[in-house]
Amino acid sequence: MNFLDQIWLIPLFPLCGAALMLLFGKIFDPQPPSDVAIAPGVEHTHDHDHHHHDHDHGHDHHHGHTHDNAHEHATGHDHHHAGPLKKLVSLICPGMVLLSFIWSAGAVIQLSSLPERSHQVIQFTWLAGLPFHMADGRLATFSADWGFLLDPLSSVMILVVTGIGFLIHVYSTGYMAHDNGYYRFFGYLNLFVFFMLMLVLANNYALLFVGWEGVGLCSYLLIGFYFHKKSAGDAGKKAFIVNRVGDAGFILGMLLMFSVLGTVKFLDVRQILSSGHFQAETAGFGVLSTMALLLFIGATGKSAQFPLYVWLPDAMEGPTPVSALIHAATMVTAGVYMVARSSALFQLTPQTSTIVATIGAFTAILAASIALVQNDIKRVLAYSTVSQLGYMFLALGVGAYWVAVFHLFTHAFFKALLFLGSGSVIHAVGGEQDMRRMGGLKDKIPITYRTMLVGSIAIAGIPGLAGFFSKDEILWQTYSSPQGSHTLYVVGLLTAALTAFYMFRLIFMTFWGRSHVAPDVESHIHESPASMTVPLTVLAAGSVLAGWIGTPKVWGLPEAFHAFERWLEPAFALVGGEATREAAESGGLELLLMLVSVVIAVIGITVAYRFYHQRPEIPDTLEFRFKSLHNVLLNKWYVDEIYDFLFVNGLAKGGGRVLGAFDRNVIDGGVNGAGWLTRFSSSVSIWWDTWIVDGAVRLTSLLVKLSSYPVRVLQTGRVQAYALFVVIGALAFLGYYLGR
Amino acid sequence: MGPITTTHYIALSAALLLIGTIGVLTRRNIVIVLMSIELILNAVNINLIAFSHALQNVNGQIFAIFVITDAVAEAAVGLGILIALFRNKETVLADEVDLLKW
Amino acid sequence: MMDALFFYLFAALVLGGAIFTVTRRNAVHSAISLIVSLIGVAGLYLLQQAEFLFAVQIVLYVGGIMVLFLFVIMLVNLDQAAKERQFNGQWWIALLCVAVIGVEIFYFVRKGASAFQMPVVAAPAALNAGGNTEQIATTLFSQYLLPFEIASVLLLVAVVGSVIMAKKRI
Repeated sequence: MNFLDQIWLIPLFPLCGAALMLLFGKIFDPQPPSDVAIAPGVEHTHDHDHHHHDHDHGHDHHHGHTHDNAHEHATGHDHHHAGPLKKLVSLICPGMVLLSFIWSAGAVIQLSSLPERSHQVIQFTWLAGLPFHMADGRLATFSADWGFLLDPLSSVMILVVTGIGFLIHVYSTGYMAHDNGYYRFFGYLNLFVFFMLMLVLANNYALLFVGWEGVGLCSYLLIGFYFHKKSAGDAGKKAFIVNRVGDAGFILGMLLMFSVLGTVKFLDVRQILSSGHFQAETAGFGVLSTMALLLFIGATGKSAQFPLYVWLPDAMEGPTPVSALIHAATMVTAGVYMVARSSALFQLTPQTSTIVATIGAFTAILAASIALVQNDIKRVLAYSTVSQLGYMFLALGVGAYWVAVFHLFTHAFFKALLFLGSGSVIHAVGGEQDMRRMGGLKDKIPITYRTMLVGSIAIAGIPGLAGFFSKDEILWQTYSSPQGSHTLYVVGLLTAALTAFYMFRLIFMTFWGRSHVAPDVESHIHESPASMTVPLTVLAAGSVLAGWIGTPKVWGLPEAFHAFERWLEPAFALVGGEATREAAESGGLELLLMLVSVVIAVIGITVAYRFYHQRPEIPDTLEFRFKSLHNVLLNKWYVDEIYDFLFVNGLAKGGGRVLGAFDRNVIDGGVNGAGWLTRFSSSVSIWWDTWIVDGAVRLTSLLVKLSSYPVRVLQTGRVQAYALFVVIGALAFLGYYLGR
Repeated sequence: MGPITTTHYIALSAALLLIGTIGVLTRRNIVIVLMSIELILNAVNINLIAFSHALQNVNGQIFAIFVITDAVAEAAVGLGILIALFRNKETVLADEVDLLKW
Repeated sequence: MMDALFFYLFAALVLGGAIFTVTRRNAVHSAISLIVSLIGVAGLYLLQQAEFLFAVQIVLYVGGIMVLFLFVIMLVNLDQAAKERQFNGQWWIALLCVAVIGVEIFYFVRKGASAFQMPVVAAPAALNAGGNTEQIATTLFSQYLLPFEIASVLLLVAVVGSVIMAKKRI
């Protein structure tokens, strides 16, 4: 069968799974009446010493057989109420993703045999042509179609998404087995895979944006999966809102692209940009740079870079598989994918690329510094994700697009591994997430320990494992590329050191040393079921092997060992003739830098060993001596507080106050004023009526009265007086007639 | 003194008229007032007769007859009113009959 | 010459009687003065060859009205009234107005005196053809019949009115 032409099946499988679950899921997995999504135990019976900035309430209490918690039965712990069809859910959803994976693999294999290595399938025209005027006056029609593009870049992405997605689905069947909302979880998860696949398979920015928004939605739904916990709901909202800020930039960038280039389809855009019509904007900050910057802002929101990274640590409120899939392997890499997809644009705008690299490097070291002192195991991993994403953007910024994608690829493996492993640990210690209450677990949960160790070694950048190859390539490109800089290299190197340190701090605190586990939990520590450990093992194998397809050329290995770069070449065809990769390849310098990064990593590990295994009192001493610095790091550089002050209180509440004052004073004042005016005018009217109108009447009567006084006198009642008047009248008449 | 012309009669009539008017306007006693009215009427009659004679026309005398008739009627009625007034108010003085004053 | 004499005689009676009528305190004196005045007027009528009216004047006016007046004076007790002030408060103004009217009439007569240049005719044949009474009767009952009848109605009304006025209880 032609996998390529039926490429639309790849997203369709998980969509069917999602639709099935979300529409009919209740039949499969009926919920007990008093069901809550969270397992009981929201009110901690543990007496945590709450450092008041420590987000301690992120515990997703997954428990299978633990917890002597009195709330166990009251809140519908459904361990004993599973419906008969629940197993179907476990089969359908992972199965759908597996089907997608198989199809993707087939399509990729078919793609590799194509000469062009790019295949576009257009299903139908989604947005018909709307004519409009472009920036330079030409007439263009806005049209976007529902089309899929399979080229090397998207092929990598679909394999990662479906492959790692499948493993995480399998893991979740074990992890979420005792949670309410089982079908809902898988429905959302499948929906997420669908949207992610839409995102990576789209052939134009508009359809990409559909997937972009969709994964944001699923992220919100899944972060707030335990919706009865206020912190989970808040974290979901935070993620969505911060994402929204980035999305605004993305939309503006897309529209600007439309107005300047006249099209949003990837292939057309690349063709227009490489046609020589647009010059590279080395000098100033032109329209292309603005466009690239706006798109990057969108990527910042989705991929948690500074300043829009604040939602990712809070996103740990969601279940651990969600953290693994969405916030480690796939969704947060959407920004990286999008920038890589727009490589033609970024190649023409060195200013924006520099900004990308700088922000990437800055985010990397910032997040690494925060991760140094966090005590929640998932938070450490969350900041580690932000840091590694920073590495990817650093690579994108210096023009090493394939390296960024390579790091994305390897990072997916070991970060998913680390998250799932941490989930396994949490499951083992009955919901505890604070590393200070772990320790000495390596003999009790050996598989988890070994796989996590592999993942940590990989992320630290020890040669031989995946992380080393990708991270090292990033550092080399930062150092040597014409767009890189030595400052950024040093930052990257420091971050590598910090990464090694905090990862092994995590290992040592969690698995080695004396056990600080609470006594009642200690007896229940057990290894996770096979549904959880098998994906861990697979991912560990991937962490080891995945890097070997991107070895440095300078090692002189056969072609197959650096096939990744060649595979991605068509996607990043150079534009404008800028040689971004062919810097002065001094092999010796590269090897030297490689050695430096290895040494740094080893130093980091050694320091962590000394601090947390040999002499555990050192970190406490350091914490005591550098109390303020420690607090700043522990409180994530107070960024959340600053945002709260500026935007929440300042903009939202302050704006609300201003508008409230406006409403009270201006609008209500206007209404009151109208009322006052009415009363005033009525009082004027009263005055007028009383004094002028009635006054005229009274004046008339007064005049009559006044004029009656003299006239009254004439009416004497005596006839003779009247007779006199008659005589006087006659006299007057007579006189008049005589006078004439 | 020349011959007695009509002018003399007119002057006499005027003088009688004026005297009568003074009597009407001035006296308080109503009976006297009524008598003064008779004087006025007689002055008119003198005038009429004088002109009747001067113009050789009998109409003047006819008119004078009617005036006399009228004077009779009026005097009778007036005196009747006076009696009624006297019966009610015990006074014949015009000044004291001023009930219709303001 | 005799005309003038009689004229002045009668004029004196008239005016003197009139003045006394107006100025006497005693009402009976006023009435008697009025009788004198009326007789003077009757004389003047005779001088103007109005014999009928002379007779009528005496009979009606003196014999009727003045008798009526005297009766009423007798009915009404005027003793008290005789002790009162005789002239009312407006006599000044009345005198003044009447004087003004007098002046006006004088002026009026003076201006128009030339219109009355008719000499006195001794025996007006045309006037008293067939005698004064016959003359009056002829004219009265032919030309002035309607006023005559109305005058009789007037007298009837006067009779009824005066009877009602003078009655004790209506």
